[in-house]
Amino acid sequence: MCLAIPGHVVRWLRRDPPFCEAEVDFLGVRRVCNLSCVPEAQVADYVIVHAGVAISLMDAAVAHQLLEELRSIENPVNRGEPGDPHE
Amino acid sequence: MKLIDEFRDPALARQLVESIRGAATRRWTLMEVCGGQTHGLLRHGIDEELRDVVELLHGPGCPVCVTPATVIDHAIELALRPGFLLTTFGDMLRVPGSDRSLMQAQAEGANLQMVYSPLDAVKLAQELPSTQVVFFAVGFETTAPATAIAVSQAQALDLPNFSVLTAHVRVEPAMEAIAQAEDCRVNGFLAAGHVCTITGYDQYYRLAQRYRMPIVVTGFEPIDLLVGILRCLQLLEQGSTEVVNAYTRSVRPAGNVAAKEILQQVFVIADQPWRGLGEVPLGGLILAPKFRRFDAVDRFGLERTSIAVEDECQSGAVMSGRIRPTQCPHFGSRCTPQSPLGAPMVSTEGACSAYYRYSNLVPLNTSPAS
Amino acid sequence: MNPGPTWHCPTNTGVGSDRVSLLLGEGGRGSRDFLRQQITGRFPKVHAAFADAVHLPNVPGRLAFTTDSFVVSPLFFPGGDIGKLAVIGTANDLAVSGAKPRWLSLSLIIEEGFSIKVLEQILDSIAATAELVGMQVVTGDTKVVPAGCVDGLFINTSGIGECVPGFVSNTSTLAPGDVLLVSGPVAQHGLAVLATRERFEMHSPLVSDCGSLWPAVQTLIEAQIPFKALRDATRGGVAAVLHEWAADCGHSLCVDQNQFPLTDEVRGLSELLGMDPLFIANEGTMLVAVPEIYVEPALTALRAVRISQDAARVGRVEPKSIVPVSVRRTLSRPVPLDEPMGALLPRIC
Repeated sequence: MCLAIPGHVVRWLRRDPPFCEAEVDFLGVRRVCNLSCVPEAQVADYVIVHAGVAISLMDAAVAHQLLEELRSIENPVNRGEPGDPHE
Repeated sequence: MKLIDEFRDPALARQLVESIRGAATRRWTLMEVCGGQTHGLLRHGIDEELRDVVELLHGPGCPVCVTPATVIDHAIELALRPGFLLTTFGDMLRVPGSDRSLMQAQAEGANLQMVYSPLDAVKLAQELPSTQVVFFAVGFETTAPATAIAVSQAQALDLPNFSVLTAHVRVEPAMEAIAQAEDCRVNGFLAAGHVCTITGYDQYYRLAQRYRMPIVVTGFEPIDLLVGILRCLQLLEQGSTEVVNAYTRSVRPAGNVAAKEILQQVFVIADQPWRGLGEVPLGGLILAPKFRRFDAVDRFGLERTSIAVEDECQSGAVMSGRIRPTQCPHFGSRCTPQSPLGAPMVSTEGACSAYYRYSNLVPLNTSPAS
Repeated sequence: MNPGPTWHCPTNTGVGSDRVSLLLGEGGRGSRDFLRQQITGRFPKVHAAFADAVHLPNVPGRLAFTTDSFVVSPLFFPGGDIGKLAVIGTANDLAVSGAKPRWLSLSLIIEEGFSIKVLEQILDSIAATAELVGMQVVTGDTKVVPAGCVDGLFINTSGIGECVPGFVSNTSTLAPGDVLLVSGPVAQHGLAVLATRERFEMHSPLVSDCGSLWPAVQTLIEAQIPFKALRDATRGGVAAVLHEWAADCGHSLCVDQNQFPLTDEVRGLSELLGMDPLFIANEGTMLVAVPEIYVEPALTALRAVRISQDAARVGRVEPKSIVPVSVRRTLSRPVPLDEPMGALLPRIC
């Protein structure tokens, strides 16, 4: 359920609810999305878009923090497997 | 793709699989609530990979599957009326109503337009002033704000030719219905990340306490799914009934406040029939009185009928986790994606279809990975 | 267009107006005028009668013969139009059979009222594409049907090509260990058409890959690559080809999703619409199967020509298992890859 993917805000088009609209870029594919639910979003912010509506402002810092944590903490448990050398 | 690729990192996924194996002292049964999670688990082979430590039950979070056949019949009826244009998501086109799907009705002359967003249906109504444009609105709390914004726009524009046929459902009552069933086998829930993006997860503490099971808010990419499973197993091993957010980049405890306000303006909570599960108390969203004039059922005098009993399809048992799709007597024989008996075999995220497509009914013989 | 006098006889012949009339396909004067004005000027090799058979020159070896019908909607899309597609589709069917495309038939089924101007644009596109791929339009037919019977314009083309001795695509020869290559980024055509046809309001630089594969086949032949199978991945995409090959050879095929080249915009749009690029149509991208030892020379040869400059290794033939086609994604465990069923629909759920 609920396919939603991140894209970055290119520019605001109008800010009057319920028409709050901005152009959002998904790897070069651009679509006008409704930002009524994330009025605080700024240009270059990542928003998560579902059915043409941004449902949240993506917290990229939190995302990278989680990835860092996972890479450092979740090491392979001692099951005789060699650890990943990249961290 | 930024903020997607990182969450599909094969090395990190392998590492998490090992952590999950290390965390489990027994085999646990989890339910992923959302059909999008089911899709991801099967698409990436995560359920098979972890089969020995965790059984994953596929939950009811497929709006396509739980939309009552009678509502689909209404959609078909409207699409066949002269001067009407029915718009909806691609997901709904193949789902059978009582006797046929929208796509089959199109061959009989039904006027259909697939849209990516309900807001595009509003634009269509502006462009086609002499056509009644109906948006067939399905989905959970994730999708409901889009419908709410569309209705608000129609109100602001005073559009006389736009209406919505709504079948919006709420996840939490369905989770509760599953948790309180006597034969419930679920040890912990992976809650639907995009629903929680809207609703938050404060409301899950009560559920977790009452039914003594941990709930982990989980995303959709492979790394998100593995982290959700890992956190849930860790809680189960500790005997904890905590609520944990494992989809922090999108979900805040109170959800999206602006979105919830929009929902509260436009919708009211109501009992709702779910296909396969029957009437779910407070399980749906219907238009608030102030917006009722945009309700297609009211406007066009459709009959509000109670849910028909689905005789052959055992979707209720499947979606509440009582049986696996493969335990249904019709699975893969009388019921296939080409010729479905019920909705869960239609949608690519329906539990039965997902099983039919991805599940290794017999183990693969292919050589191991390089 | 019509250099004749400025007045028209009220019983007109169907030509000279800016819309196609039913009269035009009825034979007689209307048809003849149409032929003269629209066809023979562009396609000098078409016999003036446009009806009886054409005689082809002698060729030394075997011939390949194929036919296809084109009903694409919309008629114009980024990177092509129905005319270009009608030539490329047939030329590519010949090319992946190891045959150099040579002669083409062209049959038009036109809806009454269709714009002559648009028709001319499409015929120009056919002429330009045929020249580009080295094919001659040598025969054809035109029918006009009442409004509503077709969606604007349908085209059928048949093509004849000259086989190159020693190079045949024969899927039954595929054996475990053979390697699967793809000639370029996938899913561009299907998404470009979908984005144009449907009301998704997406603005993208997406362009169809619609293009001739003969240069890619030719480079393999010139490099003496003994390929075992070639197939352009049209409807149903790569997944459809893999399933056909698995059924033909009786072995299993396994591909790695991450090895398939994708353009950014295909990634963006397929994520937005929830569609798997492996299931989306191409019109200038093929799968190639070669013995393992020829992988590097084949890739080098392919990458030297423009249409296949992004060629990549994507999978291999494996011993028969219960799953005919499988795919590796994030985990190393292969999961079954569906056989395409019906049109792929975008999803939001």
